[in-house]
Amino acid sequence: MIARVLEGMPRAAAALLALLFVLMAAAPLFAGDYLLTVLILILYFAYVGQAWNIMMGFAGQLSLGHALYVGLGAYTAAALFVHFGIGPWIGLAVAAPLCALVGAFVGFLAFRFRVAGVYFAILTIAVAEFARVGFDHLDWTRGSAGLFLPVAQYARNDFWHLRGHPVMFYYLLLVATVVACLGCRALLRSRVGYFWLAIREDEEAARALGIDTFRYKMIAVVISAAMTAFAGVIYAFYYNNLFPEQVFHISRSIEIILGPIVGGVGTLFGPILGAFVLTGLAETLTGALAALGIDIPGAKQVFYGICLMAVIIALPEGIWPWLSRRLGMGSDKP
Amino acid sequence: MSLDIFLNVAIGGVLTGLVYGLMALGLSVIFGVVRVVNFAHGEMMTIAMYLAVAVFTLWHLDPLLMLVPIAAVLFAFGYLLQAGLINRFIARPEHSQFLLMVAIAIIIVNVLLILFGPDAQNVQVAYAFDSLQLGPLIVDATKLYAGLAAIAVAGALFAFFRFTELGTAIRACADNYTGALVVGLDVKRLYALTFGLGAACVGAAGCMLLLIFDVTPTVGPSYTLLAFVIVITGGLGSMPGALVGGVLIGFTEAMAGLLFTPSAKSMFAFAILVLVLLFRPQGIMRRRPA
Amino acid sequence: MSALLAIDGVSKRFRGLLAVDRVSLAVPEGAIVAVIGPNGAGKTTLFNMIAGVHAPDTGTIRFAGRRIDGLPPDQICRQGIGRTFQIVRPFPALTVEDNVIVGALLHRRKAEEARARAHEVLRWLDLYDKRARRAATLTLPDRKRLEVARALATDPRLLLLDEVMAGLRPTETDRMVAILKELNRESGLTIVLIEHVMRAVMALAARILVLHHGAAIAEGAPEEVVRHPAVIHSYLGAEDVA
Repeated sequence: MIARVLEGMPRAAAALLALLFVLMAAAPLFAGDYLLTVLILILYFAYVGQAWNIMMGFAGQLSLGHALYVGLGAYTAAALFVHFGIGPWIGLAVAAPLCALVGAFVGFLAFRFRVAGVYFAILTIAVAEFARVGFDHLDWTRGSAGLFLPVAQYARNDFWHLRGHPVMFYYLLLVATVVACLGCRALLRSRVGYFWLAIREDEEAARALGIDTFRYKMIAVVISAAMTAFAGVIYAFYYNNLFPEQVFHISRSIEIILGPIVGGVGTLFGPILGAFVLTGLAETLTGALAALGIDIPGAKQVFYGICLMAVIIALPEGIWPWLSRRLGMGSDKP
Repeated sequence: MSLDIFLNVAIGGVLTGLVYGLMALGLSVIFGVVRVVNFAHGEMMTIAMYLAVAVFTLWHLDPLLMLVPIAAVLFAFGYLLQAGLINRFIARPEHSQFLLMVAIAIIIVNVLLILFGPDAQNVQVAYAFDSLQLGPLIVDATKLYAGLAAIAVAGALFAFFRFTELGTAIRACADNYTGALVVGLDVKRLYALTFGLGAACVGAAGCMLLLIFDVTPTVGPSYTLLAFVIVITGGLGSMPGALVGGVLIGFTEAMAGLLFTPSAKSMFAFAILVLVLLFRPQGIMRRRPA
Repeated sequence: MSALLAIDGVSKRFRGLLAVDRVSLAVPEGAIVAVIGPNGAGKTTLFNMIAGVHAPDTGTIRFAGRRIDGLPPDQICRQGIGRTFQIVRPFPALTVEDNVIVGALLHRRKAEEARARAHEVLRWLDLYDKRARRAATLTLPDRKRLEVARALATDPRLLLLDEVMAGLRPTETDRMVAILKELNRESGLTIVLIEHVMRAVMALAARILVLHHGAAIAEGAPEEVVRHPAVIHSYLGAEDVA
């Protein structure tokens, strides 16, 4: 089955990916605590970026409110754990369908009423903001005071309750990211994937070919939302505290989309590359400014913004398409 | 609750809403003509607000008096931004444009943070705590002056678009890009001009808003969002629509603050937005679907 | 024999403009019918009503006996009507092959089967050698063939071609005509085409419908229609068809 998913990939690319996987799998053995935290962040954004990429890169629907699903997933699992002692995996079994439902609702509203493009993007922002303010006033999840999970002990790794050392989260996210990528690749080469690409390229032409665009856009939204729910569950059990102001904030939504856009929307490797580049950039800037003795709040962000701008101006399609052409791996497929 | 309180809050909301409307007008002009989603709109207004704070701190000049110079500075900023940067992104996909504006917004917010620090700032004008009695109503002086100024600036903008050749040219670009090119209009320059005008609007609005609210470097995003809610509610491309939408949102906010908890007031704005997007996407003031 | 496509008294008004005025047309299975007329005559609007883009204000459209007027475009395609667009709309970032695979996937579940069918269709349309190129890099004649290939891959019973010869040089036009004739002959594909290029119309069509200001002013065999006084009058100097 692995062979079937890998079929069609250039040998060089497959080899590089295998190498990358081995490096990532071995990393915790060599990395210190701080580097491990950074790597976890990279994998988190790679995963959630891939989930977002399904809606945007494949089906062409710009969601600027994806923090909604992270937040819903996080709060659902966390609240069930705090109030009823229900473990996160069961929490996920509740959160994922819930997010899928919410996604379906947003999608239904948007697609039935022909809300598209920029208007759709703004709709997603509005829904996420609505949730942010709503959860601020929701007593069951402690409102704006925040929901706290019982602190984890690093000594023992309890996988069932996701309590334990960050290394556990690292491997969990690594597996999730790999599964997400393989899953996306399989999807893209299936009937659903082709229809998504057609819708992305030209929705009206797609309809003229008999594609029920409403249905397939809904499928993209639902899958994307459900996948993101998992990221939310991880978020909750890794950070152990949730505040609506943070979890649902538009900055979270923007963080989610930076990776895929910088890396390459619609490509399989884009979100991963983007996550590496952006997190690496942020950490490098922090280190560089510290080394130069500059301790001004906001300085790092200014450079970060400038770099973002530079990337989007110079490489409009993202880094991966340019890089893959340079490496001679450029086929026209993602 | 007495009718008086209700009316006072309502009037306050309407006046604030006029300023919101002016801010949204800037966005409507930009979005309606250049068709770029300006996610740095609120951040541009924050620049204006800080300029007004600086001027007031240094020379004690009222923000309303500094309206024209500050709007001019923002005009230049907007013009250069469009001409130098954004014009290249017109044909690019939406997520590309969005990312550009987000990057610009990040830079603006953090430069302001470096220059002015994170604490809230405001201007204590002489009439900051005055109220005027208009019949049975009590109106905050700051809100009244701000609201009137907003009407004046909006009126000037309407006149520009209606009665000047340049204004007509810009409207032509909005209606039909290719047609405008064909008749020889320098569309890129007009886009830059339009962005500058939108920025000037937002600059003026910032001066007025400063009389009512404090400013921190991070207030930008919520105003950007508010501007979008207003523009879509009022109707894209409809200038009266921006003002009407602004008044509606200002009024709703004030009422929500009065009748429910103040922190929930933005929920109503978003609820209105969702309803408008679903049931009347062309907005209140437009007849044709968007 | 009942017609495969039966258009009965359809009209369409856009605010003040009556674009199509009570037009009727019966297209037998396996026939090639051309719809001609000056610009603005309502030809594309008629197509758009058949293809489901607009619903007719009056009249009915029946396909294989079932009413299809008012159905959305994707359902119409699933019923068996394929269409091309006047201004071609390939999927620019996808390869030629993938473009056609999208069409072929309509009635096939597996990508492999669809690819096989796509190759078959690409060979018909002389595009097989270019199958790995991105659609955005194709020349106009190739894009037109791609558009036809993609629509064909959906296994239509009826194909609507909207000015598919426009912009082609005479040799390319002849090539396209030959391909369409062969398709019609080999698979019995019914074709309705809007065309301005009379060379192609005369070579292909068994019947011609002439529209002017939204109304049908003539219908019949090509030789009769081109001599019809109303038709000549509406064109005022039609291309020499000898």
